[in-house]
Amino acid sequence: MSAPDVLLDVRELRKVYRTPAVLGRGGSEFVAVEGASFTVRRGETFGLIGESGSGKTTVGRMLLRLLDATSGYVEFDGYEVLRLAGPRLRDLRQRMQIVFQDSGSAFNPRLPVGEQVAFPMRKFRLHPESEIKSRVVDLLEHVGLWADQAQRYPHEFSGGQRQRLGIARALAAQPDFVVLDEPTSALDVSVQGQILNLLCDLQDERGLTLILISHNLAVIQHMCDHAAVMHEGHVVETGSVDELFGAPRSDITRQLLDAVLEPTAPAG
Amino acid sequence: MMQEPLLAVEGLRTHFSTEHGIVKAVDGVDFTIERGGILGMVGESGSGKSVTGLSILRLLESRNATIAGGRVLFDGEDLLTKSAKEMREIRGRRISMVFQNAMTALDPFFRVGDQLVELIRLHQRVDRRTARAKALEALELVRIPEPGRRLSSYPHQLSGGQRQRVIIALALACGPDLLIADEPTTALDATVQKQIIDLLLEVNRELGTAILMITHDFGVVAHTCRTVAVMYAGRIVEAGDVRRVLETPEHPYTLGLMRAVPRVKSGGRRRSDRLHQISGSPPVRMADAEGCAFAPRCPEAVQRCSTAEPPRIGFDAGHSVLCHQRLPITEAGRVSA
Amino acid sequence: MSSEIITSSGPATSPARVAGWQRRSQWGLAMRALRRDKVAVAALVVLVAVTLVAVLAPWISPYDPLVGDPRARLLPPGTPGHLLGLDGQGRDILSRLMWGGRYSLTVAVVPVVCAALLALVIGMASGYRGGRRGEAVMRVLDVVFAFPIVLFAIALAAVLGAGLVNTMVAVGITLVPYMSRVVYTSTVQESAKEYVEAARAAGATDLEILRKQLLPNVLSPLVVYGTTLAGLVIVLAAGLSFLGVGITPPAPDWGVMTADGRQVLLEGYAHVATVPGLVILVVALAFNLLGDGIRDALDPHKQTS
Repeated sequence: MSAPDVLLDVRELRKVYRTPAVLGRGGSEFVAVEGASFTVRRGETFGLIGESGSGKTTVGRMLLRLLDATSGYVEFDGYEVLRLAGPRLRDLRQRMQIVFQDSGSAFNPRLPVGEQVAFPMRKFRLHPESEIKSRVVDLLEHVGLWADQAQRYPHEFSGGQRQRLGIARALAAQPDFVVLDEPTSALDVSVQGQILNLLCDLQDERGLTLILISHNLAVIQHMCDHAAVMHEGHVVETGSVDELFGAPRSDITRQLLDAVLEPTAPAG
Repeated sequence: MMQEPLLAVEGLRTHFSTEHGIVKAVDGVDFTIERGGILGMVGESGSGKSVTGLSILRLLESRNATIAGGRVLFDGEDLLTKSAKEMREIRGRRISMVFQNAMTALDPFFRVGDQLVELIRLHQRVDRRTARAKALEALELVRIPEPGRRLSSYPHQLSGGQRQRVIIALALACGPDLLIADEPTTALDATVQKQIIDLLLEVNRELGTAILMITHDFGVVAHTCRTVAVMYAGRIVEAGDVRRVLETPEHPYTLGLMRAVPRVKSGGRRRSDRLHQISGSPPVRMADAEGCAFAPRCPEAVQRCSTAEPPRIGFDAGHSVLCHQRLPITEAGRVSA
Repeated sequence: MSSEIITSSGPATSPARVAGWQRRSQWGLAMRALRRDKVAVAALVVLVAVTLVAVLAPWISPYDPLVGDPRARLLPPGTPGHLLGLDGQGRDILSRLMWGGRYSLTVAVVPVVCAALLALVIGMASGYRGGRRGEAVMRVLDVVFAFPIVLFAIALAAVLGAGLVNTMVAVGITLVPYMSRVVYTSTVQESAKEYVEAARAAGATDLEILRKQLLPNVLSPLVVYGTTLAGLVIVLAAGLSFLGVGITPPAPDWGVMTADGRQVLLEGYAHVATVPGLVILVVALAFNLLGDGIRDALDPHKQTS
């Protein structure tokens, strides 16, 4: 049983990629995620920390059913996420959204961005068609963009602006849970601050629960209440950020902390 | 007697012609690097830091880019007046460059050893066997485990960190005096980044190779450089001793950046104390632009900031800023590492 | 004045703006970009002109393309009343070229369009979540791929028999594996991108993702490829006719005309083969140049608003 303040309960989540045997040659297995367990409380920001290949992004995708888990148990607000199908899965999708790292491919290059932000609203029938455009415009302005930018195409935006668009698209579904997959790692430092502040404001305003996937410990430290450290598919340590960073129990966490290059001049 | 600096860049200007007009990617940049020195050049995307590095090696010409002015004195000789052939001899042998993308900087079709041997023989008249020995030495230098075996590996058989080590080995193979490292660790994981940076520091210490460290990361600068130059829209807006610049930044841009970066170790949470934010995004400087490029984003900007060129204001110990809103303490100094 | 490029224009919200935000369609932008490309415009003008002439041939051609004057055989270009001269049977070459456009252009365009539609289905079905089965389909097509295209078309045409429709069928079938490969590749590439995941997160069904997200992105490379292929197909169809397995004489197809000219080429009457040959060359080239232009025009990064 999950405690009432737990929104997301993840147990023994596993993802194995198998290459089947072909012409007598044996198939191979690649374990991307091995038994990941953690809980996320309602309204908090939960960090998933790890380097490339640690499996943190795979976990994020599985929680949202964008990727099929091999085995495991995920409970979101009483629903068994991995078992849902059909209309109930669709209802769940409306509540769980994702913001991608701005890699230039998070938006369809051939559709005006307004259309793309409008898509979840239409799909989940959140507003009557006559209101959709004004809702999109409201949302764009809310995340710091301008109304007339709705008709523009993704490449006409800067990285920071595209990330605001990504946030707007996620919010268009009116979710209560959002996975942020490296939301600022492709951005300039001066823009990163804007996006992190925006995320904090939106969270306070809408009571969102966030999972922040990042390799940047400083960003995790700034944003998160609790976090899990991942390494080669395993969750090696979970706890409050203060505990994790103040008194790390795992060598991996310690190594990650040691590798942080703070922008302060070294002594001596 | 002061020794002549290894590299002295004076008033360097690099312009790009685009369909929107002339863009001043590098707009009058001055700095010097002493033999064995390390200068950090830090800035955001489009600040001109990479273009500066490429201009020094003249790797930009013909790509609708022109070096519109200035001098690049390397060992007292102006590289901008060298012939294409002379430049080819300087590149790789006396000045070499390490790029960000470890994946594409190596030729996927050739073994690591062959790529090293080819480069060595391009610059040095040695036979294959000597070149191979030197290649092995280069791999040992960059601390690659089992260097002998790695000689016959293809790039895709190496991890990201090892590939970056090979690239550094390639850059160091001919014993250059200056290494231009353009975001050498940006694509790497933090733990690997730390190792690569330690490696570069070791190279600097043991071989005396001077380094121009181009990066967007103040953390990297803090851990590698003695001197830093902060670039914004094609200009060095603040420069000086690393500790001085990071601890008491004077330029509103540097100040804003230092406050915008979340930190790990300086504790103190968060959320409640919002990150300082610099509004807008980094600009592109057009030829007809006037005044201070940072003025539109600057919290301290006044009328003259957007009309008049900001002066270079000098502080103690070579610390200087390009700003209307600071009071001079000493004569404007040159950036020197 | 300080001038800096900023990606966005100033804030301006007005009901008109809100209402009009879908105004700039992808194709509208592409047409604007295409118009700026002088070479592509020239190619388009050539193709439109050739098409118009072919359509209007019954009314504007000076002579009957099938009836010759045996006494006026092989008169050279510039003969009064016969601008491009007469062929071996004394037929007016200009008139035959005008009528021939009806055959050659049809043979160029119809199989390409049909093959493209088929390729969209095959390529997208195998490329989108097709996994191993999709790969298997492409492997089979690869086998066809490995066959020399002209030989394959000749064999097919020989089996089906000569004639306009059979030629089109043969050419069309020949093109399917090539076009499917293009669709498959871009489908695989595009469906790995995050915007597809975002659509799925927003509850889109597979069909919606295929139609709304993938189709526009897959269509552009296909249109480019198809346009370029049309140029090749003109040459291919002419080749089939030339070999006698395509369109049959006395139909004034350009390939047939070139074949006719072959018999008198060595007698010193080069114009009979050369003139239609040049027309084939120009039209094929125009298709290729237009293809290049369309590729640039469809690139969102090259369209400026």
